Amino acid sequence: MKGLSKDRLWSIAVLTPSIILIAVFVYGFIARSVYVSMTDWGNDPAQALALNPIIRWVGFTNYQDLFTGFLQGRFRQELVSTIFFTLFFILGCLGLGLGLALILDRNPRGEGLWRTIFLFPMSLSFIVTGTIWRWMLQPEGGVNQAPTLFGGQSGTFAWLSSTDAILKFDWNKLPLLTASVVGLVLVVMAVRAARSGDRTRTLVAGACAALLFLWALFIGPNVKLLPAPELHGFNLALIGIIIAAVWQMSGYTMALYLAGLRGIPEELREAAKVDGANDLGMYQHVIFPLLAPITLSAMIVLGHISLKIFDLVYAMAGPDNIATSVPALNMYLTSFRQNQFALGAAIGTILLILVAFVIVPYLASQFRTEEGHA
Amino acid sequence: MKKALLLAAALAVTTSASAAGKLEIFSWWSGDEGPALEALIKLYKAKYPSVTVDNATVSGGAGTNAKAVLKTRMLGGTPPDSFQAHAGQELIGTWVVAGRMEDLSGLFKSEGWNKVFPKDLVKLISSKGGTWSVPVNVHRSNVMWYNPAKLKAWGVTAPKTWPEFLKTCSTLKAKGVAAPLVVGENWTQQHLWESVMIGTIGAANWENLWAGKLKFTDPKVVGGFTTFGKVMDCANKDASGLSWQQASDRIISGQSAFNVMGDWAAGYFTTTKKLTPMGGFGWAPAPGTTKTFVMLADSFGLPKGAKDRAEAMNWLKILGSKAGQDAFNPLKGSIAARTDSDLSKYNTYSRSAAADWKSNKIVGSLVHGAVAPESFTSAFGAIIDQFVASKNSAGAAAAAQQLAVRAGISK
Repeated sequence: MKGLSKDRLWSIAVLTPSIILIAVFVYGFIARSVYVSMTDWGNDPAQALALNPIIRWVGFTNYQDLFTGFLQGRFRQELVSTIFFTLFFILGCLGLGLGLALILDRNPRGEGLWRTIFLFPMSLSFIVTGTIWRWMLQPEGGVNQAPTLFGGQSGTFAWLSSTDAILKFDWNKLPLLTASVVGLVLVVMAVRAARSGDRTRTLVAGACAALLFLWALFIGPNVKLLPAPELHGFNLALIGIIIAAVWQMSGYTMALYLAGLRGIPEELREAAKVDGANDLGMYQHVIFPLLAPITLSAMIVLGHISLKIFDLVYAMAGPDNIATSVPALNMYLTSFRQNQFALGAAIGTILLILVAFVIVPYLASQFRTEEGHA
Repeated sequence: MKKALLLAAALAVTTSASAAGKLEIFSWWSGDEGPALEALIKLYKAKYPSVTVDNATVSGGAGTNAKAVLKTRMLGGTPPDSFQAHAGQELIGTWVVAGRMEDLSGLFKSEGWNKVFPKDLVKLISSKGGTWSVPVNVHRSNVMWYNPAKLKAWGVTAPKTWPEFLKTCSTLKAKGVAAPLVVGENWTQQHLWESVMIGTIGAANWENLWAGKLKFTDPKVVGGFTTFGKVMDCANKDASGLSWQQASDRIISGQSAFNVMGDWAAGYFTTTKKLTPMGGFGWAPAPGTTKTFVMLADSFGLPKGAKDRAEAMNWLKILGSKAGQDAFNPLKGSIAARTDSDLSKYNTYSRSAAADWKSNKIVGSLVHGAVAPESFTSAFGAIIDQFVASKNSAGAAAAAQQLAVRAGISK
């Protein structure tokens, strides 16, 4: 019984409560939500809030409803909005954060003060940020009035209330688009594998890509998810929300990048200089590659924030504004205003899967490196 | 030792208090509406001095927060003794169908309320042979507000029908008014929609719609959607960023000519903006709805399993009494649901509304919970939003019909 030393017993005793708590309150509830999402709880108003509701198992009907149901166009628009939001939010934060960090890295005067100023928005909650930006983005408020300070015309852009959308596509083409994107990824994988000389991999990836493309060419166009075309795109009203979110979180990426920049040993820079690198070359070949892991962690953190975002949108555009709505908001309204608990749980489960797409690969790579160190 | 004694004394006090009776009232009336509720509580305390009243207010516009708290309390098995809900289907479609409310028709009979409340109103708060809540106040939703001086300057009058409205709209547009009609965020658009729909299909068809006798896909209703689309073409493009107060401000400033909003706008104009009725602001029934009173009401119900049932019944009696309604409504800016209220206590606008209340056909408001359960209203908001963007009447009507089937309104 080498394993059961006193230390081990202690650690087991100390850890057990939290393991039990997490098992019940995290994984147990996740399982419960997934179960509820496959029932019809709430579809019948008479049963939704009854003392002993009759709940029936309906399998994936709720999911089918969300993706192809006539009434759930709002949810589909929200999924598309979330993708665009995540993309622009991460790009904005990374770009602005890196820019600020590079400036601060040059040790300007009053660096500490600037650092505080840039990091400050992060100390506010999204609700506060949202309320402030809501005022500034009013049709006749702050930002639109700014040009008049310099004698210009006041702007007319409807920041949060625009109903225009760009980059529209028909939801019916979604299987086609997905197949094409996955196919392209597979092609890239095949090419990479071919370069590194891995024949089986090349063949498998290539064959899968070919199959997908064949499907996309011949069967995909005939798959109709919806009876009528339904256009979804990037709603311009989201721009205001993206600005506010970037304003809030870019200080965080700046801090990360600044720490990364400061962590690069001076010797490396000097060595690069000795080797004849100019400023641009040094950034391109020495500094940016060293910052890559930081970019990855920033992307993970920002990515899951943006997928779950709720409070900022609620504060800025209100809960009933389809053009700016996000799945988390819809989940809340569906469950607690419409009492459609099963449908709400289904939206929650989809959100969980989306977040898992971002988090799990990251966690996996983290564990692998930790094991590598150990 | 001293501490223990004090504790015992405190315990004794609380137990004696609970013996004398307790009453918990759950509402979302805080802020501006708080004093009106306080007036009711004062009346109750004067009559039942031994009862401790616990005013459990959860603040938040239109009860969004309160309703979520209420849901957790009801599902958790600790219902408040009496809680506020919009009268009609919002309560019936949520709590009555779930078998969580007590039937109050006995109370209506013993207090003689069937005679003093209008028949149309009693019909709206009844279902399945029961009457489910006591309305304390009445608001009117189909009112069109305008600025009399501005209308004169533009040389137009308040239109009487929606086709006439569209004509007035193009006249005003020709005179350089970019948005003759002002609307605000989503719910105010739903609010406008119901006035347009009632003004187009008529009050009787509106009732049929919610009784499941008329389908949303009926050409009449589709036509209503089309009219609504044309009316929205007269409206401002920045709607979703405006609260109803900000929308009303544009009437006063003359940026827009008309606004369809409930009669709480009268309170906003007189109290906050210090304007005189028919001087600084004017009103008319929404086009096509003359002689129709689209109503919404706040009401209190009695949940099954209330801890202090007797006290709650007494509370409901106060709410429905003439004294209770006349104490509450002048402060709240609404009118009494009873037809025998003391009109001298009300302002000019309220008096005209009270007169209409007695003589007009009464139908329920959709957006304020009288004719449809919350599950319908909330999802219908999304349909309106999509419609305003796409202007596809047939599609919106078909979607609304599916929603109605899902909510159990239609088959």
